[in-house]
Formats: sequence, C-alpha cells, structure tokens
Amino acid sequence: MNQPELRKISADTPFSLKTFFLKWEWFLLLIFIGINVMNSLISPYYLSVNGLFTATNSFLEKAFIALSMVFVLIIGEIDISVASIVALSSVVMAESYNKLGLPMGLALVVCLLVGSLCGFLNGLILTRFRELAPMIVTLGTQILYRGIALIILGDQASGGFTSIKWYSNFYWGKIGPVPYMFIAFAVLAVIMGFILHKTTFGKRLYAIGSNRVAAKYAGIRVERSRLVVYTLSGLFSAITAIFLVARMGSTRPNVAIGYELDVISMCVLGGILTDGGKGNFVGAVISIFTIGLLRYGLGLINVQSQLMMVIIGALLIIAVMAPHLKPKRRLKSD
Amino acid sequence: MTVQKEPETILELKGITKLFPGVRALDSVHFDLKKGEIHSLMGENGAGKSTLIKVISGVHHPDAGHIILDGKERVFRGTKEARDAGIATIYQHVTSYPHLSVAENIFTGHELVKNGIIQWKEMYRRSDELLHELGADFKSTDEIEALSVAQQQMVEIAKALALDSRIIIMDEPTAALTKQESEQLYLITERLRDKGTSVIFISHRFEDMYRLASRVTVFRDAKYIGTYRVDEISKRDLIKAMVGRETSEMFPKIELERGEEALRVENLSLTGYFHDVSFNVHRGEILGVTGLVGARRTEVMECVFGARLPSSGTIYVKGEAVQIRHPQDAMDHGIGLLTEDRQYQGLILDWTIGSNITLPIISELGNGILTNERAERSKAKTLAEKLNVKAQSIFDKAKSLSGGNQQKVVVAKLLASDLDVIILDEPTKGVDVGAKAQIYEIISQLAGQGYAIVMVSSEMPEILGMSDRIMVMCEGRVSGFLTPDATQEDILHLAMTKDTEGEE
Repeated sequence: MNQPELRKISADTPFSLKTFFLKWEWFLLLIFIGINVMNSLISPYYLSVNGLFTATNSFLEKAFIALSMVFVLIIGEIDISVASIVALSSVVMAESYNKLGLPMGLALVVCLLVGSLCGFLNGLILTRFRELAPMIVTLGTQILYRGIALIILGDQASGGFTSIKWYSNFYWGKIGPVPYMFIAFAVLAVIMGFILHKTTFGKRLYAIGSNRVAAKYAGIRVERSRLVVYTLSGLFSAITAIFLVARMGSTRPNVAIGYELDVISMCVLGGILTDGGKGNFVGAVISIFTIGLLRYGLGLINVQSQLMMVIIGALLIIAVMAPHLKPKRRLKSD
Repeated sequence: MTVQKEPETILELKGITKLFPGVRALDSVHFDLKKGEIHSLMGENGAGKSTLIKVISGVHHPDAGHIILDGKERVFRGTKEARDAGIATIYQHVTSYPHLSVAENIFTGHELVKNGIIQWKEMYRRSDELLHELGADFKSTDEIEALSVAQQQMVEIAKALALDSRIIIMDEPTAALTKQESEQLYLITERLRDKGTSVIFISHRFEDMYRLASRVTVFRDAKYIGTYRVDEISKRDLIKAMVGRETSEMFPKIELERGEEALRVENLSLTGYFHDVSFNVHRGEILGVTGLVGARRTEVMECVFGARLPSSGTIYVKGEAVQIRHPQDAMDHGIGLLTEDRQYQGLILDWTIGSNITLPIISELGNGILTNERAERSKAKTLAEKLNVKAQSIFDKAKSLSGGNQQKVVVAKLLASDLDVIILDEPTKGVDVGAKAQIYEIISQLAGQGYAIVMVSSEMPEILGMSDRIMVMCEGRVSGFLTPDATQEDILHLAMTKDTEGEE
C-alpha cells in the first residue's frame, strides 16, 4: 500500500507579535492607565497609597461576585439572581445574630450557607429542567429570594454590627495601608484564576461553554459542573454580603439592588463574553478595577449618576463590538 | 417504449467551474438535459452534484462556463431568475412551513393576488387540481405537519408545477421514503416526463436510476466523468466510474482471527425509539450496522454510549454487566463513540486541534486536578501525526480543517482514551473520496490492533466492503444479521422488513 509520507506536525506554542499585541487585555490596560491618569488629575490625593486603597475599597465589595460570574459566563450562562442572594443571605445573617442570638462567627457561616444554598437551588432547577433558560430561572429566583428577605425583615433594617469591632474590621480594618478586604479579594482572585486556567475543572468549563454537546460526548459531566458553578455564584454573593454588612453596620431587604448588572458589565468589558467559552481571568480582573476606578473618579468630580451610566454603557458597547471589528482588520493585513 | 426522434436539448451546461475558498467544487463540468427526459446524476458525496444543482437553480454563480437554456445563454443572478425561467428544485430535506396548509405552501412567494387581496378560494381550488393530477390522497387545506415525508414531497412537486416549471431537480427524493412511497414517486415522475417536463434526479440508490432514468451523468472529485445510457452501462462499470477504482481496492479489509467478546447488548429498548435490540461484537471484528432512515441506529448507539438512557436492557463489557448512565461511564468501560455529526457533537470548532484531541483525557494526563499542558501537547502531536492530519501545527483551529481531516481529529480524540470498543456512526459522511479511503484504512488497522468496532453506515458498499458481520435494523428493531457475502438487495430486503426473526 502506498502510504503517503507522514507529515510532521508542530507542537510548539505559536507566537506572533501581531496576535500578542492584538489581545484585548492590552487595550483594556490602556483604558485602565488612562483612567488612572484622569483620576490623578482630578484629585491630587488620588495617586498615593492611601488614596488608591480608598478608591479600591469603594467597589471591591461587589467585585467578589464578579469572580464567580466569570465562571457562569464562561459556561455560556448567566445568573441575575446574585444581588437578591446578597440581600437574602445578609438578612438571614443579621437576623440569626439579632433574633436567634447566634454568635457572630456562626452567623457568618450561616450567611455563606444561605448564599450557597440559593446558588445550589438555581443550579438544581437548571440541571433538572435543562430546557429552561438561565436568564428566566434566575430572574424568577431574583424575585423569589428578595421576596423571602422582605418576608423575614419587612420594611425594617437589622443592624448593630458596628459595635462588633472585629467584624466591621472586615471592611474598615487594614494591615499597614492594605485593607483586609483587598487582601481577601486578591487571594480569592488568584485562587479562582488558578482554578479556571490551571485545573481540569476550569478547562472543562471552557469546553462546556464552547460546545456543550461535544463536551458531553467527550465524557464531561456537564450538569454536575453547572451545579458547582451556580453554587459558587451563590457562595461568592454571600461573601459580598458579609463585606457589605461590615461596611454599613446593618442590612435591609433592598440592599445591593442592581449589583448583577454592574458585575456582568465588569466581566463583559473584561472580554468574558456572554456566549461562553471566551475570555480569561486577567482581563476580568483588569476590567473590575477599570470600571471601579472610573466610577470612583467620576464620583470625585460629582459627575451625575445618569452621565456615569452613559459613559459606562458606551464603554460596554465598545467592548462587545471590539471582537467583531478585529477579524476584518486581520483579513486586510493578510 | 417506442424510440422516437431525438428530442431537443432544453438545458446545456458547458465548462462550468465553481470555486470556493480553498476548494474547486466544480472543475469544468458538462451536463445536458433533453426535453421530457429523466436524467440521473450520480457520484459520491462531495463529487459536486449539489454544487451543480445550485448553479442550475441560481443559488451559486459559476466562476467560469456557460448555461444554455432553450439555445440561449443565460446567467441566473438569483434563485428567482432561475425559477422564473422554469427551473424548480425539490431538496432532500423538505423545506416547507410545517404549520401552514398545503395550499399556502404551494403558493408561498407567488400567492394569487387580486387588488392586493389574496384569493384564498382560488388558491385552494388550484391546489386541489394539482394534487388530483398527482394522485394525492390529501387535501389542500391539510396542515403540512400532519403529512408523511412522501406526501410533503408531493406538495413540493405540486409547488413546482404551480410555477409552470419545465425542469424539475430532485435531490435524493427517495432517501427518506419506504419502498411503496418510492414507487409512488416513480409513477409521478414518469407522469411528469410523459407530459414533457424534464427531470434531473439525484440519488445514491442504483434502483432509482435503473427504474427511472434514461441517461446518467457521473461526477467524481468535482470533475465530469461521463454521460451514459442507463441500458448500456453495468452497475460494476458505473461504480468504477463513480469511485475511480474497483470496489475491492477501496476497502482494505484485513482478514482477522476473531478475539474474545468485547461488548454484548441484550434486549436494549428505548420507549418510542427501539425495542429489544441485541447484538455483540468481538475484538478484531467489525460489526456493520445499517438500515434506512428512521431505523434508529444512532439512538441505539447513543444508549450504549450513555448519551441517552435506555428504558430497559443490559450491556455487558467483557462478559460483565455494567451500568452506563453517562458518556464518562462508557469511556471508563472502554467504549468510545464517534458521533455522526462531528461539527456539532464531536468537535469544538473554535478550539485547536490539540485541545480537541486531549479533551477527554485531561484528567489522565494531569494529576487529576491540575492540567499538564506539556503532556497534552506531546500526546496530541503523536496522535495527529499517527492519523496523518493535514495541519501545520496542533495549534491550528479545528474549524480550519476540511471535513475529512476534522474526522481524523475526532478519531484521534477517540484513540487518546484507552478503549476496547469503538462505535463509529457514519464515519465517512460528508468526506471526500480520498479521505474516505484513508478512513477505511484506519478502521481496518484499528480492527487489526484488536479493537472491537461497530460501524454504523447508510452506505451499502461501505457496509459490505468493511464488515465481518452485518446487523440490519428496520424501524427500531433488528431485522436480521448477514455475512459480508450478502448483496445490497439482501440488505435492502431486511431493511424494509419489520418483523423478521434475525438469525446469524
């Protein structure tokens, strides 16, 4: 039999300057630097260690949710119930301390459990009834979870946490100039980034997001992974709840309204597109800081919140348009 | 039939060339059609038949060549121009609107309108006339969804007639029909011919061609091979023309000693799909599984692989009963499936070749939790080279490959896992002739290495040429087992028989 000569196939990581510098993360980094320059022009105190950490503390508390939202978007889904999970888990935590008299440490555990349970329930519904759209199911639980929080607490606030010094230090405390919350965020971001990019679990999430059917036929337990991802989403919402209450000293059923959109914006600008399987963690983290610092800077010069929405909205539109502009440019240079 | 004077040529194509990025889909081909003629177009998948039809019907614009209709050169800028010139196409998959009535479908796009108002009564009346002419047993007010595939095809034909088409192109119309339904279609086609309509008939079934056509044109690898009178060419010569070599050379079958039993399936059923399917396959053996559309071969294999859950039945691997509830379970037991739809089920097109190949075994290559990219790369390189994938680097995207090479990547992906049983569902579907031969060679080699192979295929020459045993299914039941010395007619007979007790 005339076997054709077997070809050699390269296994070297391809490297081209063009694709390297065309990466979205570079563009994002430019915006990030631009915003920092802008902020330092606005405020002379901005570009100092204390000034920068004051700035990051203004948005990091909701950024925890963005860490898990990256996972949800990577598998091509969406979870818009996160803000309601923040509300419910914070309310249950506050009431188990104030009404049930649990020690604060235990109340925090309860908060994490409630958040995880909410996420797990989202995942359970979606994996049992696979034909349902995540957007609709989490819209339903968004209303449901906040409704439960309202039943528990009514129109009231549940507070008194400023007196627990160690707990309010979660938000207000620092090691040297570095806030505890910043450290917690950095540690969790590294862990989540490592899981996404270095573990088989992370690689499988990309496979699920890119082609769910092919992933299943490659032996990936798709439904189990989805359940884990939604549970993580609930857990990280509860983490946000803990820092939120530490800052405010109390909670109400209507806290964190609109967080889901802020968080999804952070991810999408970071290149984590909603159709799944795209983007990486570095982009998401740069984007969290970009949007956060932009808001902070605009806040410094008292830009109206309406105008702020316009600016961030425009930025987002550019972000989702950018990948569609790229291929044309490539074609021309080819 | 009496021989009349040579009828006039109605359509002629000269030197038609059609290029797609990277592919020459038609290479200076010829074709001519006479008035009142049924002309069969044959060739393997990817030979260029579909492209030719699309050129004739105005979907594609040829890059070179002439289309001569009624002695005048024509250029069709779109499907509407071709339709107005009297050319209608009936596609393999019916393209009707399932929730609309028959009459609405027949008149879609050319409704009878008077003063801007649709003339429903007139449309229903005309539709009923056309249906009557075709001998249909349904009414113009019936909803398309309620009709059988054969009846839906009749609606498509009525649609062509309503447009006063003089040339009707039928693209594999019998593929989804039973024998009686095919016979009815033959009668209708003959009636059209006798009324002076010319028909271009594409089919993989030789019986269709012998039954209907007076001439046959053969394409191979985008080239024109020849036009023959059907009563003057033998089936053997025709196959040779289509494939370019003797069938025996195409299938590099190695005679092997049958090893131990690797997989046994007993009384497997899935309610609504198939009942009591039992078969086994030994190491070093190729079990061919065939049947017509709707025989439920794919569903059986998906149950064996755990992609669907059967309602009852037992699967034995190496003599032991096993529980398979997920593809991962099947792979743990050494069963792999090459899916029919490689682009959708087999590959992640946006991913590199390397990532695709190693996806099922990332845990094994890493330490269970972390990935090991170096090991993944070297494994992917080894397998891609072993299967001779036409690529520069394992970092090439899967979507950049041709169908045949994509199929090789999917096979490489299977071989990455430690398997005993490989199930191949239509392994050569949509693959060109050259890659086909290579895939047959790979399959033979795999059997030679001791894999037990189950090959599902609709192509009878492939089944007969490759299998050690043949299982034939019909509408969710096993209708019998055959040996490879059987004929295509034997297979067809079983494929159309519902309740035969199968004996080996």
